Amino acid sequence: MAAITYRDALNQALAEEMERDENVFLLGEEVAEYDGAYKVSKGLLERFGDKRVKDTPISELGFAGLGIGAAMVGLRPVVEFMTFNFSFLALDQVINTASKMLSMSGGQIGIPMVFRGPSGAALQLGAQHSQACETWYLHAPGIKVVTPSTPADAKGLLKAAIRDNDPVAFMEGELLYNVKGEVPDDADFVIPLGVADLKREGGDVSIITHGPMVHVALQAAAHLAKDGIEADVLDLRSLRPLDVDAILATVAKTNRAIYLEEGWPYLGVGAQIVSIIMEEAFDDLDAPVLRVTQADVPLPYNKKLEIWAKPGAARAVEACKKVLYV
Amino acid sequence: MGESETATVGVVNGAPALGGFSKEKLLELLKQMLLYRRFEESAEEAYAIGKIGGFCHLHIGQEAAAAGCILPLRQDDYIIGSYREHTQALAKGLSPEAVMAELYGKASGTSGGVGGSMHIFGVDVGFMGGNGIVGAQAPLALGMAWAIHYRGSDQVCVCFLGDAAVNQGAFHESMNMAAIWNLPVIYVVENNAYGMGTKFSRMSDTEMVKKAAAHGVPATVVDGQDVMATYAHFDALIERVRGGAGAQFVDVECYRFKGHSMSDPVSGTYRSKEEVDDRTENADPIKLLRDRMFAAELLTGEELKVIDKEVRATVAAAVDFAEAAPEPEVDTLYENVYSEINPHGRLFFDGRGK
Repeated sequence: MAAITYRDALNQALAEEMERDENVFLLGEEVAEYDGAYKVSKGLLERFGDKRVKDTPISELGFAGLGIGAAMVGLRPVVEFMTFNFSFLALDQVINTASKMLSMSGGQIGIPMVFRGPSGAALQLGAQHSQACETWYLHAPGIKVVTPSTPADAKGLLKAAIRDNDPVAFMEGELLYNVKGEVPDDADFVIPLGVADLKREGGDVSIITHGPMVHVALQAAAHLAKDGIEADVLDLRSLRPLDVDAILATVAKTNRAIYLEEGWPYLGVGAQIVSIIMEEAFDDLDAPVLRVTQADVPLPYNKKLEIWAKPGAARAVEACKKVLYV
Repeated sequence: MGESETATVGVVNGAPALGGFSKEKLLELLKQMLLYRRFEESAEEAYAIGKIGGFCHLHIGQEAAAAGCILPLRQDDYIIGSYREHTQALAKGLSPEAVMAELYGKASGTSGGVGGSMHIFGVDVGFMGGNGIVGAQAPLALGMAWAIHYRGSDQVCVCFLGDAAVNQGAFHESMNMAAIWNLPVIYVVENNAYGMGTKFSRMSDTEMVKKAAAHGVPATVVDGQDVMATYAHFDALIERVRGGAGAQFVDVECYRFKGHSMSDPVSGTYRSKEEVDDRTENADPIKLLRDRMFAAELLTGEELKVIDKEVRATVAAAVDFAEAAPEPEVDTLYENVYSEINPHGRLFFDGRGK
């Protein structure tokens, strides 16, 4: 076990899976000669050659479709979007073909592939480059959505996503690439999709979250601890499949929960989670479940406004205290 | 007209022939086209009495495009098409029974009744589907061609598009990548001159073949009502692509005798009755081949009757099969959305809880 960055963990996962299965190849803008816009694919061109690490034109719709077509006949493409913000150009192929192919073909044609890249805000990138894109991918049945928050999760979940027989949208945190953590170097270190991880244990309130917000939740939990409040921080890790049992278990334990997410509130991930808690754990609740989300506006460029619009630890602390009535 | 117009009656390997085609091959083309025609006529009848629902786009009038482009292919070659794809599915080798049952939405259909008219698939014969989104099949064909290249195989992928699809970005992105990577894909525009009710020339200021020139993809034009010309053209082109010639574009000029879909009259606001009558009378691909074979004494009226009777029996059997086939069971609703039931988290959110 070694401490490596989230970026290197993803790189290891790609390299190990390409080594293990010759049907796996990487495709996208700047993935080969440039080593990746965020250097996730560094060294892979040299190691695997230009058939398996392929630079594409700036044609998101076209190369996403290329990946799907290749998956239709048995390859296992990993399509990199430079950011998921650009993947909206490809959504026709993702939603109308990848997510529906197995069903429309009566089970004849599966789409074993991964769409991956950063999602969510970085710093002052403006409205078009700062979106948390989960909801677009979650709404349609037929696709899976994974959001790793730590280097170990990034590696274990990416390996699982590549081995999965369904299309998986794998959304990385743009601000997480330099985060370091212990990562097992076992070539078969795989984290199954659909298993949440309790990143912090506490009995008073549950902060349920995913992706980069896990780190914000941990900060909030540290603040709460100073006031003698111990929070569970549940990292869902994958949003489809969703570990509903883990959500119900933390709610049963604390009886109070908030959902913290980077995206917008309207029909956001939290809306679904709150609905599940209401439907399946109503009797466990001592307070309404609250959501902490980005403000319902396109993210502004101005630094002060951006910080104000993004969900932060202070707001999560405030929401936790509200459900605790303190 | 195509090259067979000037062809002469001759001898192929000692047998009577026309334009380099043996009598046997010509009879096969004729029989196939008749099968497509009778199949679509039956689908039209079934639609009229509510046995087939939703959208249904008939291929009547364009049979030569399917026969001429697809019959020269190997079974392990891939084809993918648009939503006007019933006859391409038959041409690639799917059974009329399974395709008709799919139109009927029955469990014995090609997709178990889940797909419908626009989503027919036959992996075993390399029929990789219809697609309900105009032009969306272009990148998928690119991906299959990429897979062929990736594996070093000598298969070919043929992508059928309607003429309106060349105005989609997906088409141009695909042509560009197919060209830069020299992939074994043939983009075939079945150019019936109308995208739904809009004449191609109203929506494009450039000729069809120039769409390919911009990407450096060689383009050719063939008379798609002439099955001999179409077959000969594709027979040669497919072998060139198999040999490494790279991406190709073919403008197959054809004509749709029926409306865009079942809700669209044959003629009306966008094309005149005179135009449709003229093409139906003078450019029917089945009649054209029949008359050529009559003239060359390679077919008699009696032989034609026998062939048509056989084809009608095949289609009638397909209809009987579809009528008798079971409906899918309601408890199969959640099947094939994901490849397996996930052992961990929940995949479906139907509001019913555990």
